[in-house]
Amino acid sequence: MTEIGVRIGGQAGDGIASIGESVARSFSRMGLHVFAHNAYQSVIRGGHVWFQARASDGRPYSPGDSADILYALDRATVDIHAPSIRPGGTVVYDPEKFSLPESGLPSGVRALEVPTLAMARKYTSQSILQNAGGIGATAFVAGIPLDLLHQVLSDSFGKKAGEIVDWNLGASAAGYHHAETHWSVHPHALAKRGAPKLLMTGNSAIALGAAAAGCKFLAQYPMTPASSIMHWMAAHSHTLGIVVKQAEDELAAVNMAIGASYAGVRAMTATSGGGFSLMVEALGMAGMTETPVVVVDSQRAGPSTGLPTKTEQGDLNLMLGAGQGEFPRAILAPSNPAEAFHAMIDAFRLAEEFQTPVLVASDFHLSEDFMTVDREEVDFNVPVPSLFTVPPGEPNYLRYQYTESGVSPRAIPGQPGLQFVAGSDEHDERGHLVSDVHAGIPRFVSERQRMMEKRMKKLDGLARSAPPPVLEGPPEAPLTFVSWGSTVGAVRDAREELTERGKVTNLLRFPTVYPFPAEPTRSLLAKAKRTLLVEANYSGQFGRLLRAETGFACSDRLLKYDGEPFHPHEIVARALEVM
Amino acid sequence: MAETAASARVTPVGPALPVVGKSEIKPTWCPGCGDFGVIAAIEIAVKRLQLPSQNVVIVSGIGCSSNLPHFLSSYGFHGIHGRVLPVAEGIRWANHGLTVIGTGGDGDGFGIGAGHFVHAMRRNVDLTYVTMDNQIYGLTTGQASPTSSMGQKTKSTPTGVIENPIEPVALALASGATYIARGFSGDPKHLADLIANGIQHKGFSLVDVYSPCVTYNKLNTFDFFRQRVYKLESAGHDPTDPVAAWQRALEWGDKIPIGLFYKVDKPTYEDLEEVLSAGPLALQAAGLRGKEKLLDEFV
Repeated sequence: MTEIGVRIGGQAGDGIASIGESVARSFSRMGLHVFAHNAYQSVIRGGHVWFQARASDGRPYSPGDSADILYALDRATVDIHAPSIRPGGTVVYDPEKFSLPESGLPSGVRALEVPTLAMARKYTSQSILQNAGGIGATAFVAGIPLDLLHQVLSDSFGKKAGEIVDWNLGASAAGYHHAETHWSVHPHALAKRGAPKLLMTGNSAIALGAAAAGCKFLAQYPMTPASSIMHWMAAHSHTLGIVVKQAEDELAAVNMAIGASYAGVRAMTATSGGGFSLMVEALGMAGMTETPVVVVDSQRAGPSTGLPTKTEQGDLNLMLGAGQGEFPRAILAPSNPAEAFHAMIDAFRLAEEFQTPVLVASDFHLSEDFMTVDREEVDFNVPVPSLFTVPPGEPNYLRYQYTESGVSPRAIPGQPGLQFVAGSDEHDERGHLVSDVHAGIPRFVSERQRMMEKRMKKLDGLARSAPPPVLEGPPEAPLTFVSWGSTVGAVRDAREELTERGKVTNLLRFPTVYPFPAEPTRSLLAKAKRTLLVEANYSGQFGRLLRAETGFACSDRLLKYDGEPFHPHEIVARALEVM
Repeated sequence: MAETAASARVTPVGPALPVVGKSEIKPTWCPGCGDFGVIAAIEIAVKRLQLPSQNVVIVSGIGCSSNLPHFLSSYGFHGIHGRVLPVAEGIRWANHGLTVIGTGGDGDGFGIGAGHFVHAMRRNVDLTYVTMDNQIYGLTTGQASPTSSMGQKTKSTPTGVIENPIEPVALALASGATYIARGFSGDPKHLADLIANGIQHKGFSLVDVYSPCVTYNKLNTFDFFRQRVYKLESAGHDPTDPVAAWQRALEWGDKIPIGLFYKVDKPTYEDLEEVLSAGPLALQAAGLRGKEKLLDEFV
């Protein structure tokens, strides 16, 4: 696998994310596989932000460990990131803006001086153009053709074209030609390979998957890193016929989604841990009233406000236990955008089939980072059956009828002759309360027990219908990685590196973390020798779940809770230690 | 089958369809509870409007009054404490062909649910919210509520309440509700008029009802209200005048007004939500089949 990495750094407000996305998109249009990581802080201006685009002829599953080209908009970027530039690499900067450290750059890394400010002044005295020359020079070194870069830049300005676009194209061409004159293309630069790929964030894929699954209603309250799910949905609301409601808080968001679902549309909400904590009581209501709802928890580093723009897989215990009492739920945990698209389709299917809440665990790393996806991986031919499944006027209709599967026929308001009350109190088959005048009366004591069992039986069906665990790699490998969610990406990259070093490993990953697939897990782990648990939280929450459900304890573990996603080299190092 | 259900949903009200009435469940309220007058008024109102059971959803939260949906023959959603309005809004947006009535108490609506109350009103969602306001927490056996009077002694305030009560009518005026009324469960006929007109009004209708708790509120009793309430309709009040409505809303003491405080016609949230112009959301097509062009934005 040949790869090239571009890192861009500066202050919030410098437009780092948009420059970075242009570089990443140039690579994906070249038909390369891309993983791009957007590292920002909880400030709107200032601070230090950076973006890394990693392009490759094979599929990278993580931002990687280092880069080949660093475009530094300020001195801090050089100080922080130059050590991560591989030998043979280039630092692009404008000496008019700042000077390089007197200690120089790491060995094998050279600086390309680009007069970006002077290039911008040719067109305007405003500061808006100052990055264009730098992007042009960076693109040249990275092997991105100028015409392709220009197409990407023009598209990013959209229809509000005008002189600003021409200025950008002019200044970026100047930067490109400057590099062409004074520099050479990086030896790892890749040529165009086939059709352009799709480049999307996990959140775009989540929104797209939801829409493909038939979602017609999203209520959400802004919270990083889940907000861009709402942004995508809102931008497409009118064309796709999806009602998008920014609610007054997460309590309202989840209750609106449940109300909409009860009235006959596929509905969802999305949030991060803080908002999810507020939704907890309503999840139980969805479980009790047997109303489907899909809830995305895009985790960030907690507890409390924590690190709003940093990643963690610390909400697993919360998702497992959210809500008083017991009710059936499923928790899906995709690891990248393509999987997230399918996880949403699975989530809506399961929520609808089993009439209960389904949670989708994302995190900052998955939600906001970009990855290439092939068109075949996002198939829109998803069955979206009618929700009106009970014939109107069905005699003796029982909304909460006892059935073998625990799933009862679901009427929708508006249907004649099927009226029922969906109750958050315990109720009988008809939906009548057994919580007030009947509570504790022997007949209703057994009614309660039976109704509880009816609901909980749905867990069996969920377990059968949810995606099973997957073992990647040779079954007999001396080391088995155990991982879930976005961390799976870095483990895959680490495995590739270990393979190159002659070390055989495999990976057991869990697209469904609940209901826990205990039986398949036990048999997949039967041949495991050493097992290395890799997850992004302090206490090894998934490892504990695995042990509780199967009795299996991983022999080793690698946990991370510094807010940053795993780097493959960290996993490689730990694997070599334990192997 | 789906078509049958769909067409039934939008069938105009007709005599052949059963109209909302009593369900097979008898109310479980204390004998003499004010809520009996409220449910009677709702029954009169829906009967007058000939609303078929299938097209009405009554949403409630938690509290004595929130058991109400079980006692009527319509669809119902008996949710959790304080979340009547977001559930009701979700239902309206999923199917704005339905008549949605929110019901609940003062604790549910003005305490734990106060945030939703304000926002649902500023959105002018087309639903009717009937609050059974007894100035006490009844189901939890008698603590102070957000509408309990200053100085009122309750289990949680043995030496008297030391915070000002919320005035729901004033809060509704400040928040942009477009139909604001107050009724008294001791006068179900008058209350039925307010509720029926509220259901017919396009936009958010608040009908706050003095519905005495005969067990735990010894201050705001039926007699207390009978001696004080007067009807705005007979007092020359102009319900199109927001300033006059505000003055009336602040009246409390020997004379307490009931009736319609304020009414104004404004576009509803559903009118302004463009997606709903294509018909009830629940009847619209879903999914992305044939929309592969959507992927071009990711290139």
